Amino acid sequence: MTAAPTTTACPPGAADPGRRERPGAEDRRAARRSRRYRWDVRYSPYAFVAPFFLFFAAFGIFPLLWTGWASLHRMELTEPGRERWTGLHNYVRLLDDAFFWNALGNTAVIGVLSTVPQLLTALGLAHLLHHRLRAAVFWRVALLAPYATSTAAATLVFVLLYGRDYGMVNWALGLAGLAPVDWQNGTWAARVAVSSIVVWRWTGYNALIYLAAMQAVPDELYESAALDGASRLRQFRHVTVPALRPTILFTVVVSTIGATQLFGEPLLFGGAGGQKGGASHQFQTLGLYLYEQGWYDFHLGRAAAVAWAMFLILLVVAGAGGLVARRLRGDG
Amino acid sequence: MRGRGGRGRAAGRHLRAGPVTYAVLTLFTAGSVLPLLWTAVAASRDNTRLAHTPPPLWFGPHLGRNLGIAWGEARLGLAVLNTVLVAGSVALGTVLFCTVAGFAFAKLRFRFRNALLAAVVGTMMVPPQLSVVPLFLVVARLGWTDRLQTVVLPTLVSAFGVFFMRQYLAEALPLELIEAARVDGASSLRIVRHVVLPVARPAMAVLGMLSFVQAWNDFFWPVIALTQDNPTVQVALTGLGRGYVPDQAVVMAGALLGTLPLLLVLALFGRHIVGGIMRGAVKG
Repeated sequence: MTAAPTTTACPPGAADPGRRERPGAEDRRAARRSRRYRWDVRYSPYAFVAPFFLFFAAFGIFPLLWTGWASLHRMELTEPGRERWTGLHNYVRLLDDAFFWNALGNTAVIGVLSTVPQLLTALGLAHLLHHRLRAAVFWRVALLAPYATSTAAATLVFVLLYGRDYGMVNWALGLAGLAPVDWQNGTWAARVAVSSIVVWRWTGYNALIYLAAMQAVPDELYESAALDGASRLRQFRHVTVPALRPTILFTVVVSTIGATQLFGEPLLFGGAGGQKGGASHQFQTLGLYLYEQGWYDFHLGRAAAVAWAMFLILLVVAGAGGLVARRLRGDG
Repeated sequence: MRGRGGRGRAAGRHLRAGPVTYAVLTLFTAGSVLPLLWTAVAASRDNTRLAHTPPPLWFGPHLGRNLGIAWGEARLGLAVLNTVLVAGSVALGTVLFCTVAGFAFAKLRFRFRNALLAAVVGTMMVPPQLSVVPLFLVVARLGWTDRLQTVVLPTLVSAFGVFFMRQYLAEALPLELIEAARVDGASSLRIVRHVVLPVARPAMAVLGMLSFVQAWNDFFWPVIALTQDNPTVQVALTGLGRGYVPDQAVVMAGALLGTLPLLLVLALFGRHIVGGIMRGAVKG
């Protein structure tokens, strides 16, 4: 890194004791040393935080602005270096494209289908983990196994499990006397299946986050609730959940951000033509729509416009979340 | 949360878990682990057996052969090697840069400190989708197609990591230690090496593991930037999922190969990873 601090280590006691210096040289050296010390104290903090900001400038801000510039141009993957200014044309076209609205709707639907069950289940699991358990670490680590499994690996397995003809899920449905479901080509079935992969991967992770928050709730709150005769269920509802509010909000925000960017699960769930998000685009998310525009239809300018649209949507969602948070805090 | 110190587990509210608790936990643990176990089962069968009902519920004889095909033909061997390099570099870089930045934010005084810290948190809002188009163009112009640095460099720092290290060092590193070192004439760099790093080591290890897992599973940009000629695990698995190899048993063997290293990490260091996630949660 070019940003490494340039000061060299030179503690006062380290000067060679065998050498005699004339007093003047000694003074000058001391002055230099104290100047170097002041410089070090004043500027090295900036050097320490500089790598983060340099990298973020190079791989965050700069591409963000370039993407904005690209979104205002006709830019084709097949014609590098021949972009043409088109103003807001890419955005107008986006708003006219039924597939954009379809992708936006799918992202929202799959976002709700994956986030709500995931966080509710995680809350319940955390409550169970909060008991005094034998082999407490074992349960926590085992519930974290899906988190360590990559999106790609998990989705490949779930594609087989959800297979229409020979999948485990339909076999189990058959045992229960239910009709098989076409998980890949169905509209809602496919959305549910894609959501279930997200739920599988992230529930245990969120349970640990809730568990950490539960462990931080002061005991006195439970003791006084118990003295008032509150049942354990009432304690959970009236002590645990309110105390967890900031954490719940935090997980909602993180999951929502993840949901708006959903990409790998629908891509691989769709098999060979995965960028379409299913035969009738029934689970094409915004991330997939961007990918298809840019790398299958070669319209990089339009892909850039999709990226900026996603960013704006995220900002709106974050703003709404912030308002809700303030409202909640005002009540509490 | 919010400054109420976490208490020990002495009080009586910690009910001993009853059989129902264990039963429900067992159910969910099975749900978490069984799909992975079944991956191994499917990887030990052959393609025709996977096209039969009922699905296989126990291991077959072909695990070695399928793993071999996945390792060679489906390039999972190359992919695992590449991903070890990528995830290792990312973890190393993240730990190094985030530790010094976290130290500065936790213990040093400088102008704009709070504004810069807020900026760090703000950077979490920028989604990766916003950078792929320009990065792709730059990579093409530099002739870096299929080079591993294209997927290492953009993920080399993390806002979460800076925040994580800041919170840890704010508590774990006594200001007196730094002042004593300063009195002895140590430079800031020397203080980092001899005072900060030893104190930060446990948190650095946790951050390193979390970054390693994240980098191993990084998907969006690698799938765009790399081809099947020099893939990471996720890129190779995407190739498998999109019909690169039609044999489903080999696909499952590939999924298994791409996941086993991380499961190994989890088995060895699970306690610390759990601790890291939980600590990041309460203070982040």
